[in-house]
Amino acid sequence: MSNIPEDLKYVKSHEWVKIEGDVATIGITDFAQSELGDVVYVDLPEVGRVLQAGDIFGSVESVKTVSDVYAPVAGTVVEVNAALGAQSELINSDPYGAGFMLKLKVADASAADSLLDAAAYAAEIS
Amino acid sequence: MSNTLGFRTKRMPEPRLIFEQSNKGRIGCNVPVADTPEVNLAAILGETRSDLNLPEIGELELLRHFTRLSHINYGIETGFYPLGSCTMKYNPKINEKTAGLPGFANLHPMQPVATIPGALEILVGVQDMLKEITGFDEITLQPLAGAHGEMTCLMLIKAYFESRGEGKQRHVVLVPDSAHGTNPASAARCGYDVKPIPTTEEGNTDMEALAAALDGSVAALMLTNPSTLGLFEPNIEKICEMVHAAGGQVFCDGANMNAMVGTTRPGDHGFDCMHLNLHKTFSTPHGGGGPGCGAIGLKSHLEPFLPGPVIRHEGETVIADSDRPQSIGRVSGFYGQFLMEVRAYTYLRAYGKQKMADISRFSVLNANYVRARLKEVLPPAHDRPCMHECILTAEKYKKENGIRALDISKRLIDYGFHPPTNYFPLIVPECFMIEPTETETKETLDEFCDALIEICREAVETPDLLHDAPSTQIVGRLDETLAVKNLNVRWLPTSV
Repeated sequence: MSNIPEDLKYVKSHEWVKIEGDVATIGITDFAQSELGDVVYVDLPEVGRVLQAGDIFGSVESVKTVSDVYAPVAGTVVEVNAALGAQSELINSDPYGAGFMLKLKVADASAADSLLDAAAYAAEIS
Repeated sequence: MSNTLGFRTKRMPEPRLIFEQSNKGRIGCNVPVADTPEVNLAAILGETRSDLNLPEIGELELLRHFTRLSHINYGIETGFYPLGSCTMKYNPKINEKTAGLPGFANLHPMQPVATIPGALEILVGVQDMLKEITGFDEITLQPLAGAHGEMTCLMLIKAYFESRGEGKQRHVVLVPDSAHGTNPASAARCGYDVKPIPTTEEGNTDMEALAAALDGSVAALMLTNPSTLGLFEPNIEKICEMVHAAGGQVFCDGANMNAMVGTTRPGDHGFDCMHLNLHKTFSTPHGGGGPGCGAIGLKSHLEPFLPGPVIRHEGETVIADSDRPQSIGRVSGFYGQFLMEVRAYTYLRAYGKQKMADISRFSVLNANYVRARLKEVLPPAHDRPCMHECILTAEKYKKENGIRALDISKRLIDYGFHPPTNYFPLIVPECFMIEPTETETKETLDEFCDALIEICREAVETPDLLHDAPSTQIVGRLDETLAVKNLNVRWLPTSV
């Protein structure tokens, strides 16, 4: 079974988001990494890029396929996970922790409120 | 397990690279003494390398090396090759016989056109037959592969809109989410913005989403029919009408033409252009045995933009017309892969018009037979008759037994079969795409289905057999992740 932490918010395109203050941390879900298989390359945006909710911010390449990844909320990129450059497998081993993809500074911290909660996302992938 | 492995269980020394067999001073052939003056290369080229590290090896060792490699190879002439979307049909030997005729094989690409009327007859003959099969007004045989054909079609569409002053306005290409990855790649390569169109649960194009996406910015819809789900798009005529009403063009990805040959024609469905893979549908060699041919068909409004030279009838003769002011220019050197056209011509003439529909009928029958026989162990993604390929899912083994489609595929190798396509189309979880083609017998299909049924039993009872597969081959389970992350394809000398 997929691990779906209760304290995160989710979108149907299989990204998770965690809002702390005005910073949103974003990655792909355990279900997504499991479907993709071993991740071999991650394409991430430049720091400073402005994203709208639903924008493609990068891509994840696995041995099976290349998938675009989408911003669950709007914001400005303040940090990307540089460790993924050399260790893309962190997305497989720790998708909600060391395998996060980027951090956005969000204007509206309540933007994630309307996204899926853990139960709704679990229903989505069942 | 059935004893189907045959010669591949033969004991054989571990294969070594030809470079590793090299021994300084050993030679495989005697080069005649040159009767032309010696040339000093360094004087002409400047600095030259002396450390080329080319293998030095005798003729017998060379022969053994390549014979050994050929024995561990697997091809359509070794066994069943149900790689979905690839149409791995048998390529009749008569194709090779005609392509080897000295009059064709010895033509020089720089030969004046006036000296090759026979070759022009072949080209125009293939074009005429493909026109009749697809329902298009024009054919060019120039593109060198399927994706090259796709891109050429998009270049024609782009030139068409530019000629109408709509080039800037129409910058979007719509591509279903079930499409081959080459579709969005070709569109992006032509400078278009790609927008995905979702597929419905029934496996058809989502008509509402399509309607919502169609506006004045759309240059084209790229649609594969039958789709990569192995399903014929029931709304195809309506879809073409909708795109045309919005001023766009409709391209047919012809990767799946094998399901339609002699039965129905994309030109009649309303498409403006399409590509064909002669190396799939029309039995020219495939993959490493290529080169390919991505011939394209188009309606007359796109004709002015065709890459030149255009081979066409003029009165009683055939000419190569290079006077094409609106042409997109050449898309390949010379005129594509001529000997592939000889092979396709041979195939088409050997079948003949009357039997052409047997290709699609038997390919569809074979796919439905496999689908029906495997229904209980590997359910189809969509519960309706398929076309030339069936999409089955192994999702339940993943959920219940921790066995993925990949594990089942690797186990099939132990049973002596080439695995089907895995994990494509992307919208079906843990999927197999099985395309038996029309050239396989019921006995072969039964052996393959029996093997898969047995493997699915193993998946439940002895899953470790699958995790470790293949275990009967010269190499075991390869580490695909390592191969991608640490790509190493160049031999380097350990000592010189």
